[in-house]
Amino acid sequence: MAVNDTLEGTHKIIESAREQEPRLNPLAPTVNDFNQELTTLNLGPTHPATHGIFQNILQMDGERIVAGVPTIGYIHRAFEKIAERRPFYQITPLTDRMNYCSSPINNMGWHMTVEKLLGVEVPKRAQYIRVILMELARITDHLICNGILGVDTGAFTGFLYLMDEREKVYEIYEEVSGARLTTNMGRVGGMERDFSDVAIAKLRAWLKTFPAVMAEFEKMFNRNRIFMDRVVDVGGISAERALNYGFTGPNLRAAGVDYDVRVMNPYSSYQDFEFEIPVGTKGDTYDRFMVRNEEIWQSLRIITQALENLPQGPYHADAPHFYLPPKQAVYQNMEALIYHFKIVMGEIDAPVGEVYHSVEGGNGELGFYLVSDGGRTPYRLHFRRPCFIYYQAYTEMVVGQTLSDAIVTLSSMNVIAGELDA
Amino acid sequence: MADQNESIPAQEQAAAQDPAAQKNAQLLALLHRLFGADAFTDVEEPYGLLTATTTRERIHDIIEGLQKDEELQLNFLTTMCGMHFPDRPGQELGMVYHLHSLTQNIRLRLKIFFPIADPVAPTLTDLYATANWMEREAFDFYGIIFPGHPNLMRILNVEDMDYHPMRKEYALEDGTREDKTDLFFGR
Repeated sequence: MAVNDTLEGTHKIIESAREQEPRLNPLAPTVNDFNQELTTLNLGPTHPATHGIFQNILQMDGERIVAGVPTIGYIHRAFEKIAERRPFYQITPLTDRMNYCSSPINNMGWHMTVEKLLGVEVPKRAQYIRVILMELARITDHLICNGILGVDTGAFTGFLYLMDEREKVYEIYEEVSGARLTTNMGRVGGMERDFSDVAIAKLRAWLKTFPAVMAEFEKMFNRNRIFMDRVVDVGGISAERALNYGFTGPNLRAAGVDYDVRVMNPYSSYQDFEFEIPVGTKGDTYDRFMVRNEEIWQSLRIITQALENLPQGPYHADAPHFYLPPKQAVYQNMEALIYHFKIVMGEIDAPVGEVYHSVEGGNGELGFYLVSDGGRTPYRLHFRRPCFIYYQAYTEMVVGQTLSDAIVTLSSMNVIAGELDA
Repeated sequence: MADQNESIPAQEQAAAQDPAAQKNAQLLALLHRLFGADAFTDVEEPYGLLTATTTRERIHDIIEGLQKDEELQLNFLTTMCGMHFPDRPGQELGMVYHLHSLTQNIRLRLKIFFPIADPVAPTLTDLYATANWMEREAFDFYGIIFPGHPNLMRILNVEDMDYHPMRKEYALEDGTREDKTDLFFGR
């Protein structure tokens, strides 16, 4: 069933499904019995259960899926092409709009790529602030994924609890960057501004109240009979297939492979923190749910450590050629005004070179491949979007299961349309 | 830039003590042993990532050999993407492959280049299921054709598009439109 998005492959799968015995429900009539025709069902593109704009053309035998073809590209915005015409720091808003559930991770990943190209060393305080913000982003990403998984199984309460908490995290973002969803957070060379006292107070308050809510959410779902009936052994994938499909992040870890970019290629001082990599065993929907829950706890650990050990010092690198100066300095300081102008107008060239840098995004390894020809813009910029890579496996994971299984599999995979299409 | 020239010896010095540089040396030795030294040209290590150029005739065998190799287990295809360099006659189009060994934590970047008049590259879908959509994307954006691909059709753009938009000759704005001009936007 490897090449199931071809017409020929589809026919093969239908043939094998016809021969498959025993059926999931032995009482259900087989295709051969009634000589009935398969139904073609369009799951999406704009059904709420698809969580975005992408289509799955499913071949159904009654309630059971025998084949499927995923179709994407409905919100393709040509970010890679647009990036070829933009100065480096102006690409940050593009990265915001990829995985919009965790845009700070995308921002920081992009900034780190450019810093690697430029050879800019970021001070420790900025790195710790980045770690805090990235882990907050990971938590919100997982919160919305797991909350929506609850909605898709019919439990709306958990979603409401978690959205309340996401709202509080967004208030922290707002305090740090001024924005909530598409944060455009940070700058090449560090942070745009330091953590304010209000931001730290909000973060501390949230760290106190959130664990109780999270524990309650887990209590509501983790051993819930109805929930487990819907998600255990649903949409599973083996570790070998997951690796072959290029899975990363929670989806790969649920299958039992402990690959985490934060541990394997530490960036932004992740080596300073103690945390564990939760792994699952079967790679099914329940494992993905549990891995994300456990990652939220680990992220809380990291945030607590980073906040306790937050170093004093500058919050951005001393790199006037590339760090966009603070607006107040631009108004008052001639040098800052000059550099502001030069950076905004893209008059400062980057060195020639090519960089690949990856961070652990909410969905997995988010990579940036940047080719610079020495100009003010990237010559070629390729985003390794984890969604785009693992969504290929979706039909293989749901073939043989029912339509309701397909829905929960889709939501537990956390396919973000913005990242899928870029 | 002055800073850049000064920092190059420092970088080289750091590379000599760096474990990543030793890993790269080990990997390069393996590549030469498995496929012969003549298979690779332009071997370099930009920002610590071993990069080598090979030919499209050999790339499939090399990636298959690396996938099956027991020693380094470079069995994770991180990403692959197309490239277009209009200024290089005979080598206008290219593909970049990023491979990763999850057990040894070694990354490798391989590149191939071929003429735009003959935009054909071997498919990796028989080795990696994940290559399917990446190759469709490269076909969509650059018009690179992968013989043997099970379903080579556009993935992100509309089906009836008659050009490959990431090639450098296509400007960002639609050149045929007269109702808008980007003259005033500094681009």
